[in-house]
Amino acid sequence: MNGLLVDINFCTGCHSCEVACKNEHDLPLDNYGIKISKVGPFKIEQQDWVFNYVPSLTKECDLCHERVERGEKPSCVLHCLGQALEYGPVEDLVKRMEEIGSSAQIMIP
Amino acid sequence: MKEGFIPVGEGLPSQWTEGDETITRTTAWSAPGCHNGCGVLLHTDKEGNLTKVEGDPDCPFNEGRLCLRCLAMPQTMNDPHRALYPLKRPRDQRGNPDAWERTTWDDAIDIIVKNMKEIKEKYGAHTFMFNQGTGRDITYYQTYLASAYGSANVLGWQAGESCYLPRISGMAGTLGGFFLTDYSQQFVDRYDNPDWVAPETLVVWGANFLNSNSDGNMGYWTIELMKRGTKLIVIDPRLTWLSAHAEQRLRLRPGTDGALALGLCNYIIENDLYDHDFVDKWTYGFDELKEVCKPYTLEKTAEICWLDPDDIARAARTIATSKPCAMQWGLAVDCNNDEAVPQAHAIQCVFIITGQIDNPGGNFLPVDIQTYEGPGFSTGLLTEEDRNLKIGVDRFPMYKYGSTAASGDAMLECLETGEPYQMHGAWIQSASPLVCCANDPDRVYNAMKDLDFICMIDPYMNATAQALADVFLPVCMFPERNGIALTTGSQRAARMTKVCEPKGESKSDPEIVLEVGKKLCPEHFQWETVEDLFTDFIETTGVTFEELEDLQPIYPPFEYYKHEKGLLRPDGQPGFNTQTGRIEIYSTMFQSMGLDPLPYFEEPVPGPVSDPEKFEKYPYILITGTRRPAFFHSEHRTIPGLRRVNPDPLVEIHPDDAKDLDVHDGEWVWLTNYQGRCKRKVSVSKEALKGVFTADHAWYYPEAGPENLYDVRELNVNNLIPYTTGKSGFGTNMKANLCTIEKFKED
Repeated sequence: MNGLLVDINFCTGCHSCEVACKNEHDLPLDNYGIKISKVGPFKIEQQDWVFNYVPSLTKECDLCHERVERGEKPSCVLHCLGQALEYGPVEDLVKRMEEIGSSAQIMIP
Repeated sequence: MKEGFIPVGEGLPSQWTEGDETITRTTAWSAPGCHNGCGVLLHTDKEGNLTKVEGDPDCPFNEGRLCLRCLAMPQTMNDPHRALYPLKRPRDQRGNPDAWERTTWDDAIDIIVKNMKEIKEKYGAHTFMFNQGTGRDITYYQTYLASAYGSANVLGWQAGESCYLPRISGMAGTLGGFFLTDYSQQFVDRYDNPDWVAPETLVVWGANFLNSNSDGNMGYWTIELMKRGTKLIVIDPRLTWLSAHAEQRLRLRPGTDGALALGLCNYIIENDLYDHDFVDKWTYGFDELKEVCKPYTLEKTAEICWLDPDDIARAARTIATSKPCAMQWGLAVDCNNDEAVPQAHAIQCVFIITGQIDNPGGNFLPVDIQTYEGPGFSTGLLTEEDRNLKIGVDRFPMYKYGSTAASGDAMLECLETGEPYQMHGAWIQSASPLVCCANDPDRVYNAMKDLDFICMIDPYMNATAQALADVFLPVCMFPERNGIALTTGSQRAARMTKVCEPKGESKSDPEIVLEVGKKLCPEHFQWETVEDLFTDFIETTGVTFEELEDLQPIYPPFEYYKHEKGLLRPDGQPGFNTQTGRIEIYSTMFQSMGLDPLPYFEEPVPGPVSDPEKFEKYPYILITGTRRPAFFHSEHRTIPGLRRVNPDPLVEIHPDDAKDLDVHDGEWVWLTNYQGRCKRKVSVSKEALKGVFTADHAWYYPEAGPENLYDVRELNVNNLIPYTTGKSGFGTNMKANLCTIEKFKED
């Protein structure tokens, strides 16, 4: 099974994934295959600020299987300005998640 | 191709087909914005429509990534709001949207040329001004047209030309050039280049470039540095994503950046953390700097800037001991204090005395293919007499030597008083001063409205054109034009290739300039086509426009430590291109212009310290010009997929202030002060510093229609910003003004 990993340390909330996905799948304005949510900013007592952007996937996402079959990256992965998204088999992404060590999520649509 | 240039595109296809689609490897620039010039793959169908834009993975600049504005380009191409035909309207009908009449290009250009010729013959070319927006695929050509016509009065209409010019012109006086943050952008192999190292520390000073991508800096490069271990110090009142992810943050009071810089210098000098070798060999005026920054002790600096002295000391120590340490500054430095030039000067000194100049991973001096400023392609045809007639040069000598622009401040007074001469006409191209860059837009409107003739050249019938223009020419989008993307920052010659026929009768900015130029002053417009012009334009590369297709982008050769190798001075001697050959901390250029040769800090005006009376009435500091990802200045408000991301103009307010004022998230308010007011939607967020409001700029509602001037009069945050500048004539205060909030009710 394939999925997407997001390294939340580097998602800057640029919204490129949202528009790239809508282009690829020709989605109407109200629909999203991937959508960014804003978390924070707030401060954890005695610690630092939390200010994150976090993408989530919907059923409109097909992990760009047509692109992937042509040997290309999914559209959101290619255009992500912070290069915070990675595509691959979920078991490989789990290993990447361990390497990243904090603030990462694996998503399947 | 000249020796040393590196052709990235060599061996790569420039165009190919996939199924029914043609894909063209080219470069995005304007229209619409921005400063960057990313490599793109434009997909077109059999009918020649743009179907998709993707990032070009082979372009070193953006490495396949793209922001949402380029990704939304097919929507922009089909935007029903686009202006498609030349229009004209009687002069006494300015502001009446029903008075426009469609006309032919020949007729429109004949009217423009006739008026420009008449004004030149009757009153002189200097009485006709040229207005431009920020630097894109317009600037060089428009400045050339002005120069060929004989007018040095080219300006942007922002007070104090406060977009990069206070920093750039200021650096001309100290460095004899300018520096850029080293993200490896000058190398085709980027982060893998063997000469490059990642900065140990990156100081982000008054910039939110993840949204602004300012000055040719693509915001995400900083993310790449962070991945390579670079630590951030962010100096910004606002809590941006960058500062939340920084090792250190200094949330200073807006407009006190100069004091902070002097405080940092003082701590670095007092604690003997400066680079003795660099200071001894390459700088002039260190002892004088030592004296001027002495009063800026940690305690005093902290008090001025609303900071903790320990945080300042920690930042100073980190900056001085990080090898290398890079600094990316932003527009706040130019426009949060009228005294922007000495402020930028003070900030430079922090990095000069720590030896962070033209070093790998520090702050490098770029190699130009074509200079934006100074003589050269742009203004080479102006005579000494033309230059002496430029508005502002007598009052602000830096405008004579340090900038191609005329002073907006002096121009405004000239229009209002008729002194030193009466102005008669204006050419406004791809700029909308009444919506975006002009302080006090009502004052600018009133000053402009009685000119004998005004023509406007733009992709959209914007509010400025609607209010002021007699003739309107429609501009095409970048996929519809050939061109050279020679962008701000570290230059490379990249080609813009036309893949679609222009919608309606729109044409490119260079085409329009060439057509008008051929009729207006044909002796200076001998090129048959714009493509011939482009070849001359990139002459320093030794490549023709046609050849560029298979080679683009091409990068000039680059070396570090150019001052050691005699690569900066015309005489080939080691040193910097200044009178003393050293970096002039004590600027002999400033001194010769009657300006203070050393950096200094003055309180922002108005402010809690400089004007306590006003502060009592308007007890909140106002930062304007918050950048949002979906827009480049006033552009993109008509594009549904982008407007969805940022639907309304916001003012960010700290939760404590919102409680005090009894305003709530999502509520509409009047942002108001001693000068004017505008409507904003409240965003209650800890991104705002307590006591400081942060407001978006350049807003209008296209849906409000031309009869309401797209609501720009209610929505323009510059209604609150007076037209002021500093002693040098550069800098203004758009980001440290005063205001308060009133509950919104319809009048």
